[in-house]
Amino acid sequence: MVDSENVKRVLLQGNEAIVAGALAAGCRFFAGYPITPASEISELLSIKLPELGGTFIQMEDEIASIGAVIGASLAGTKSLTATSGPGFSLMQENLGYACVAEVPCVIVNVMRGGPSTGLPTSPSQGDVQMARWGTHGDHPIIVLAVSSVADCFSVTVKAFNLSEKYRVPVIILSDEVVAHTREAVALPGNDQIRVIDRVAPDVPPEWYKPYADNNRGVPDMANFGDGYRHHVTGLIHDDMGYPTQNPQEVEKFYKRIHSKISKGFQDIQVTKTFLMEDAEICVIAYGSVARSALKAVRTAREQGVKAGLVQLVTLFPFPRKSVDMYLRQCRVAIVPEMNMGQISREITRINQANCRIVKHNRIDGHLISPDEILKRIVKA
Amino acid sequence: MSDERYEVRFSGSGGQGIITAAVILADAIGSFDNKFVCQTQSYGPEARGGKSKAEVVISQSPIDYPKALEVDLLLAMTQTACDAYFFDIKPEGLLIVDSGLVQQLPTSRAVSIPFTQIARDVIGRELVANMVALGAVGYLCGQVGLGSLEQALLARVPKGTEKMNSEALQAGIEEARKIDLDTLPRSVLSDWEDEL
Repeated sequence: MVDSENVKRVLLQGNEAIVAGALAAGCRFFAGYPITPASEISELLSIKLPELGGTFIQMEDEIASIGAVIGASLAGTKSLTATSGPGFSLMQENLGYACVAEVPCVIVNVMRGGPSTGLPTSPSQGDVQMARWGTHGDHPIIVLAVSSVADCFSVTVKAFNLSEKYRVPVIILSDEVVAHTREAVALPGNDQIRVIDRVAPDVPPEWYKPYADNNRGVPDMANFGDGYRHHVTGLIHDDMGYPTQNPQEVEKFYKRIHSKISKGFQDIQVTKTFLMEDAEICVIAYGSVARSALKAVRTAREQGVKAGLVQLVTLFPFPRKSVDMYLRQCRVAIVPEMNMGQISREITRINQANCRIVKHNRIDGHLISPDEILKRIVKA
Repeated sequence: MSDERYEVRFSGSGGQGIITAAVILADAIGSFDNKFVCQTQSYGPEARGGKSKAEVVISQSPIDYPKALEVDLLLAMTQTACDAYFFDIKPEGLLIVDSGLVQQLPTSRAVSIPFTQIARDVIGRELVANMVALGAVGYLCGQVGLGSLEQALLARVPKGTEKMNSEALQAGIEEARKIDLDTLPRSVLSDWEDEL
């Protein structure tokens, strides 16, 4: 039995928990266009946001959706959009704008089979590298993955916090299984979660330099309408926000937007581990596949095999430090994914410990089963 | 590990309310009976027709893999669904079918109940055949409080349809009470197979 005498548990879908997490984190604006398997997020926010004095807009497409989200965030409102692969493709251009203009926002991509219209109702993890590199140019971005209903709530809160703290778009990668699985969960109350807001300038408007560096590498952010006049552009800009081609200013800008993320690695890079203390074989997984992997690892333990699970919550910036530690500990790392091998690339890239990396890829539109992973563990 | 899981699969054709029935069972168990529960589904891109499947995994401890591994109870509301989703039922698992829609039974551990006919004759609407079936599933699985099932149903069905749905649920429970599971073989594996 669940020990929750005083907390009422409710049956929620992953998508519904994302809505709850966004609202708890202070999100009050959503612009989007419905798409399977992300539509429940729009549907529920269209009811909830007006009740809380927020704004819901169904836009004409996904390009306009993220445009509206960026505008709302510049005006000081925490903003969200949710889509799936085809819509995420359309969002890439404006996503780059949000990166370069350093506009906090959260984009949920509930992955389905692709490319193109693909497999609308089937799960996939095919957009992992796209979430990192979909928009052009060297850009900083944070990508988080959810694997359960409880995760959908807490990771969404985390996504808003990171987005506000580092002034960067944060992508939440879900998948059809996580999005539509219902579980009974007791959501934490507002007093049990930590909400971070962007830092406002503490100088008078005439002294404000909107993109000036500071010890955090994250400029203070004045919201439109607060009386701080400033210029926002997709061009590379100087401290005042005006376009520049001056090599020193250009280099300084790029270095700052990347270093603000690397300074925060401790805070940003999240991994969870299960049964890893004495593991000789690890399974590295994320999203719904992490649940199959946990089952496989537990079954392997019953058979006397020392297996453990490393679950990636942060996919990018890739949590190199902790993964490296487990690669050094284990002789084999099994990487199951519902794609042709997108995170296994990252793991192979950082593997300096001669750990054997075993890919396990399933691309038939079905969730990887615990048995498939168990077979890999037993053979390893 | 899988012994402590109890897995129910609802299957039929899109539009029969298969997923709704599974959601209500999951809600009853997770929100009202306070056990761990995971409800998943799969369906095609079409709104009506096509195979529809929904699963509920029930456990006393947190659930890792959210989908069914070995099914304890399968409800089949069409022959196509019965044929497609029977393959991973446990030897001691139970099959429940709509007797009007499924004639070919793949196992002797099967119960046939005319859900659609009951919905039509007793309630007056075929639409609620899913709730009649839910009543039977709820009673025969022994995993859910029947009061919880009623409460979850009332919380989940559209306003104005509570009475009709609730009566359908009760009709399903009553029909299932008439069934004596002890008359079925314990397992589809013969006794001599156990001895080998």
